[in-house]
Amino acid sequence: MINALGAPQSVLVLGATSDIARATIERFAGAGRLQRVVLAGRSGAGLDAEVERVRSSGVPVVEASAFDARDRAGHERVIAGAFGGGDVDVVLISFGVLPDENQVRADPLAAADIVDVNYTAVVTTLLACANHLRAQGHGVIVVLSSASAVRGRASNAVYGSTKAGVDALACGIGDALCGTGVSVVVVRPGFVRTRMTAGLRPAPLAVDPQDVAEVIAKNLTGGSRTVWVPAAMAWVMRVLAVLPRPAFRRLSI
Amino acid sequence: MSAARATESNGAGTTDGRHPIAATREELTGWGRAAPTVAHVAAPSAADDVAGLVVESGSRGVIARGLGRSYGDAAQNAGGMVLRLGGLDRISPVDPITGLVTCGAGVSVDRLIREALPRGWFVPVTPGTRQVSLGGALAADVHGKNHHRDGSISAHVTSLTLVDGRGALRTLTPSEELFWAVPGGMGLTGVVVELTMRLIRAQSSRMQVDTTRTTSLDETMAVLEESDRTSRYTVAWVDCLARGPAMGRGVVTAGDHAPADAAGDATAPSLGRRGMPAPPWVPSGALNPHTVGVFNDAYYLMAPRTPRRSLESVGSFFHPLDVVPGWNRLYGARGFVQHQFAVEDPQCVRRVVSLLSRRRAPTLLCVLKRFGPAGRGPLSFPSSGWTLAVDLPVSDSLGSLLDAMDEVVLASGGRVYLAKDARLRPESLVQMYPRLDEWRFLRDELDPEHVFQSDLARRLHL
Ligand SMILES: Cc1cc2nc3c(=O)[nH]c(=O)nc-3n(C[C@H](O)[C@H](O)[C@H](O)COP(=O)(O)OP(=O)(O)OC[C@H]3O[C@@H](n4cnc5c(N)ncnc54)[C@H](O)[C@@H]3O)c2cc1C
Ligand SMILES: NC(=O)c1ccc[n+]([C@@H]2O[C@H](COP(=O)([O-])OP(=O)(O)OC[C@H]3O[C@@H](n4cnc5c(N)ncnc54)[C@H](OP(=O)(O)O)[C@@H]3O)[C@@H](O)[C@H]2O)c1
Repeated sequence: MINALGAPQSVLVLGATSDIARATIERFAGAGRLQRVVLAGRSGAGLDAEVERVRSSGVPVVEASAFDARDRAGHERVIAGAFGGGDVDVVLISFGVLPDENQVRADPLAAADIVDVNYTAVVTTLLACANHLRAQGHGVIVVLSSASAVRGRASNAVYGSTKAGVDALACGIGDALCGTGVSVVVVRPGFVRTRMTAGLRPAPLAVDPQDVAEVIAKNLTGGSRTVWVPAAMAWVMRVLAVLPRPAFRRLSI
Repeated sequence: MSAARATESNGAGTTDGRHPIAATREELTGWGRAAPTVAHVAAPSAADDVAGLVVESGSRGVIARGLGRSYGDAAQNAGGMVLRLGGLDRISPVDPITGLVTCGAGVSVDRLIREALPRGWFVPVTPGTRQVSLGGALAADVHGKNHHRDGSISAHVTSLTLVDGRGALRTLTPSEELFWAVPGGMGLTGVVVELTMRLIRAQSSRMQVDTTRTTSLDETMAVLEESDRTSRYTVAWVDCLARGPAMGRGVVTAGDHAPADAAGDATAPSLGRRGMPAPPWVPSGALNPHTVGVFNDAYYLMAPRTPRRSLESVGSFFHPLDVVPGWNRLYGARGFVQHQFAVEDPQCVRRVVSLLSRRRAPTLLCVLKRFGPAGRGPLSFPSSGWTLAVDLPVSDSLGSLLDAMDEVVLASGGRVYLAKDARLRPESLVQMYPRLDEWRFLRDELDPEHVFQSDLARRLHL
């Protein structure tokens, strides 16, 4: 159960090796209530190391689960397995890829693969988790959207479009779940310094994974909502969102 | 939650037509209004209906709910069934010689007092609000200001009837060990449908009250100990925001039922006024160290400087908070938590009060009392020594403060009260309640399949 102060006892992570997910689990563990963590990800050394790390942080039960976002038919097995082992308080959907924009524009089928991972797989996993959580009568789904979901940009049109889809889905389902005890927290970070953005020039208002984790941890109890990291990003994007297109186009972002 | 939202019906209890009690999906919280979850809520009004619902409760189980005055998640059951028992509302006539009365578990302490007081009887134990059900009061084994004299409520119950985990009706008396799994068992041993209790005599509906203002925690504790010897009912309000030597200054009230000649109109039930309801919406953070500090100073200064005796109504003496219906909303949208612990060692109380004072915790309500010897229930909360209860608004730093309080309490062999809890660690529960296994053994006899489930039980692995 998530206690009165918002500390969860059990978490399912889809995309367990994500830097943002790791920081979030660390933050949850810091509240001293985590009892069980299911780490779902593409198996391999990275996942094993993550299991070890979470275990050594004092969480008594840590399970690894083989999960590939592209294996749509396998999603329900992973999710049912996690719920079969007991209540899941928080589902963290953190997998995703940031493609090289020029490359995917040149190869439309590669772009479709990105859509499969970043969007279609979020649709299947989010809907499946929502059904399990509804039956449970409590729980929170945390979805990593992005500031780039808000307005399509020349520099990452494909990635941005997947996040726009994710964002719309997560907001809609969050509202649909009102009154079921289940909520969806939509997280819109700007630039986060992680493996995903390694080698890229940090954008203004860049944050660390720990900052994202902090915002997630503080927003588990307020019902379905959308949160920005950093908070100031909300205002920046609100301004950008209403810029006329000719002006927006000229910004090199 | 609005009635419109609570319309989705659950099949349980309706499919075969034997139990015409439709369950509705409802969001529930405790009195602290934090940690809401959704359950299928039904309101049976007869023991047979309760039994039917228990048998058909399904994989997420069932739990009883009284008036929802426990602060945390004890009367919630996410995804499962919750039975509201207000319909079990029968009260038998009071036996004029023994004071025995038999009540449905949904009868409130408020109603019982209104029935009994004009006839010269009073409840043997009342918590700080009259708006609790007798079933809920027994499941938490509630204590009152008279614990040092009269023990907790289970000491006055002579028989109870419950629906067990198989849906069977069982009547238990204090001579049976199973009986003692119920008080403190937080509804996990079955649904109590009826109980018989011995009332006490009260010549009037007034209380004779001595009020003493104290200047330090040591003095507060000394005055409380002293008044325990002279008065049946005692309690102290403690100012946890006062610093330095004034830390823990307070107001001690000690009372007894006034004899008929002292009380004037001896028979008219005087429960006190019903006041203004709290505003429906209050911003989070309205109660902070500054606003609460002002309140505490005012409350302290309003108390008489020298000890004073006065006559008060039963309501204003026992249930001052009932004057403001819905006062729990004053804590804003994030809700609040009450931490109440019991401990033998007075040093532990000093350590906790100084922790609260150092951390500038905005504690409007901080109540100190002495407990008499523990009762027989393995999970019953009261144990000989001191008990301190503090209300604290939920904030980002509250978790670490309460964990620090737990550590101090654990180090002294104390325990926290499950009827108030919403955040304890399961490991701490095991240390705080050394007779937990004894209780589990009895519970397994009453409910072998663990049909009775609650958010509290899931959170603490009860
Ligand atoms: C302002 C205030 C002051 C208080 N002061 C005190 C005090 O001085 N001393 C004290 O001890 N407590 C005190 N309390 C706590 C309160 O007395 C207990 O939490 C009590 O259990 C509430 O009763 P309820 O009917 O509201 O039960 P609920 O809160 O609805 O339920 C409490 C527990 O009882 C179980 N339960 C309810 N009905 C039944 C039943 N028929 N059969 C089996 N289990 C059942 C539930 O499953 C749950 O575990 C106070 C609470 C408030 C809000
Ligand atoms: N970093 C940012 O600036 C930023 C900003 C806004 C939003 N986000 C979003 O935040 C989320 C987490 O990102 P991050 O920064 O933490 O990135 P990250 O460290 O690169 O993590 C990405 C995760 O996605 C997993 N993944 C990729 N393809 C997968 C597949 N086919 N199947 C299963 N898992 C797959 C990766 O697993 P492997 O280890 O197996 O590759 C990794 O765990 C992503 O959704 C991202 O879009 C990030």
